Amino acid sequence: MTMTDTARATDQALDQLEAEAIGVIREVTAECRAPVLLFSGGKDSAVLLHLAAKAFRPGRVPFPVLHVDTGHNFPEVIAYRDEFVSSLRVELIVASVQDSIDRGRVPDPGPTGSRNRLQSVTLLDALAEHGFDAAFGGGRRDEDKARAKERLLSFRDRRGQWEPRLQRPEPWNVLNARISPGEHLRAFPLSNWTERDIWSAIARDGIPLPSIYFAHEREVVERQRMLLAVGGPVVLESGERSAHEIVRYRTVGDASCTGAIRSTATTIDEVLAEVATARITERGATRADDTFSDTAMEDRKREGYF
Amino acid sequence: MPATQLRVATVGSVDDGKSTLLGRLLHDTTSIFEDQLAALSRASRRYGDGDGLHLALLTDGLRAEREQGITIDVAYRYFATPRRSFVLADTPGHAQYTRNMVTGASVSDVAIVLVDARHGVVEQTRRHLAIASLLRVGHVVVAVNKMDLVGWSQERFDEILLDVAEVLERFGERPAVQAVPVSALLGDNVVARSDAAPWYDGPPLLAILEDIDPAPPAPVGARIAVQWTIRAGDYRGYAGTLVGGPLRVGDSVVSALTGLRSTVVRIERNGERAELAGTGDAVAVELADDLDVGRGDTLVVDGAPVAPVVTSSVVADVCWMVDRPLEPGATYLAKHGTRTVRATVEAVLDRIDLDALDRRPVERLGLNDIGGIKLTLASPIVADPYHVHRETGHLVLVDEHTNATAGAAVLRSVGA
Repeated sequence: MTMTDTARATDQALDQLEAEAIGVIREVTAECRAPVLLFSGGKDSAVLLHLAAKAFRPGRVPFPVLHVDTGHNFPEVIAYRDEFVSSLRVELIVASVQDSIDRGRVPDPGPTGSRNRLQSVTLLDALAEHGFDAAFGGGRRDEDKARAKERLLSFRDRRGQWEPRLQRPEPWNVLNARISPGEHLRAFPLSNWTERDIWSAIARDGIPLPSIYFAHEREVVERQRMLLAVGGPVVLESGERSAHEIVRYRTVGDASCTGAIRSTATTIDEVLAEVATARITERGATRADDTFSDTAMEDRKREGYF
Repeated sequence: MPATQLRVATVGSVDDGKSTLLGRLLHDTTSIFEDQLAALSRASRRYGDGDGLHLALLTDGLRAEREQGITIDVAYRYFATPRRSFVLADTPGHAQYTRNMVTGASVSDVAIVLVDARHGVVEQTRRHLAIASLLRVGHVVVAVNKMDLVGWSQERFDEILLDVAEVLERFGERPAVQAVPVSALLGDNVVARSDAAPWYDGPPLLAILEDIDPAPPAPVGARIAVQWTIRAGDYRGYAGTLVGGPLRVGDSVVSALTGLRSTVVRIERNGERAELAGTGDAVAVELADDLDVGRGDTLVVDGAPVAPVVTSSVVADVCWMVDRPLEPGATYLAKHGTRTVRATVEAVLDRIDLDALDRRPVERLGLNDIGGIKLTLASPIVADPYHVHRETGHLVLVDEHTNATAGAAVLRSVGA
């Protein structure tokens, strides 16, 4: 196989994945009363929002974007979020975990505690408050073994819970979007994408990303085999020593539990080359929250997590 | 050499080794990352029943699956060899989760039928084979597993192949069939050739999969089931997925429900302006005239080699997926393409008897039954028989009281 053959095959495979994702986005938009797109500022939600824009061109994206803000952000990501969303002329709604803490909806984990799990409550409250009946997410089946079981359209009961034993069959990817009041749906248009597909699409379409996805110098501390950025929720404990290292982020999430990786990749092509030879999964390398237990993702998803 | 992604589903009865086989494929092609391997090793100590890695735990990812040692729902895994990329759907073997097997098999190019060499073809194998042939999965690879437990007997292998062939010949069109003796647990003939069965001179399973070239669907002429109307200033575009054949700017199209004609003046293909779009593309189409076209209608290219049928009456084979039986007189919602219409069960024609391997007349269809039904629709759909065109030849029945997805139906005949 020549390089051009490989490039053409990649191109066709991406076209197919894009068409499937756009089909899901349009179908859920047509079948549901009030959809919303969950946007974290991470690469998967960037691709998702980009595809939503493509799905309705030359018109506008006919639904708003919701960011669940843990308050533990990378400032670069917030700046990026505001710029990207406004460039597409999409309405941005921010639901804040701090608000949920202030209103007593969730316990205060303290200034350095993880707010990751608390996001589920903030998310479910925001969906209810705005009356959203479907939420698009950037989840991919290759991320985690519980996500590998997820349908394109995932049903959530009145308490926002996922019941993996009772998922709706989706023969021929036909989506059944009927729900009763109080229930809602999660839709995963990127279900069949891999981390490499995401980066290939970013490269092909020039989709903007937060700068922290590329190599930069940062003060980090190694904790439970994760490289955490010092500052904000991450404070040096006694006996810990920080160091200035050249790192990049492979995923973007809550700053208290998202780790950086040592990397010198400063361009999309260099990142693609790195991803192609990676021997550790992206969540395994960068998410402390998934290493708590063998079924950490399933447990959080059952509670209403993304 | 095939460059496309191959969609593969494992089917077969419970405990025949489907999850272990997929785990073996992933493991022996070094498709497992180091942290997954470490987690697998930890989980194997907890849930495994012997020494070493318990490979099924790679795809049996849910807590309940790990505790019970079974597969409940489809797991999708993605892997690539230097020759091509694969999507593997690991489907459940239990009869009670047949609906999830249908989900996995309906979009697959290849079904790997796992058969335990000791038990041979059992009822659930026959059910899965019947479903695979009704769904017209193009290629079937019979993997006779646990061959080490029958002393790699060629006689046993041949016997099982005859049983499989008998089922496949009864229903639908006979797919291309290949067969390989394997031990998923030990890895024989999965990725690497094994000396254990000297009488088998074919390639190992992975090489068989790498060589399969799925036939493209026969062109029937472009069809777009309209999902959504895009409006922007004076622009009005009909958005949907293009199937059946290519569509060009300048082509004449007809709205199947209204009979109105117009010309394509602009195409958005996956969100970019294009002169030409092909099967599978997500398109938005602007027409020269202002037609009354909306969601649920179908745009068909003029002069399509095969015209779809506008019909309120269909005969279908349905796989029934809920407890409440399917009975004559009952009403469901039929979702066909982007159109949802009320459907009344005019008659239950027959049920596939998985022991006798024939169709028997019945009064109703129960959970996991497969059989023929006649439906009358409250308003027409734009359809093709499944054997003519898969994408426009199926529908899903939804129970409007429980919102459950109740049945998956392939259209045997449309109209009259």
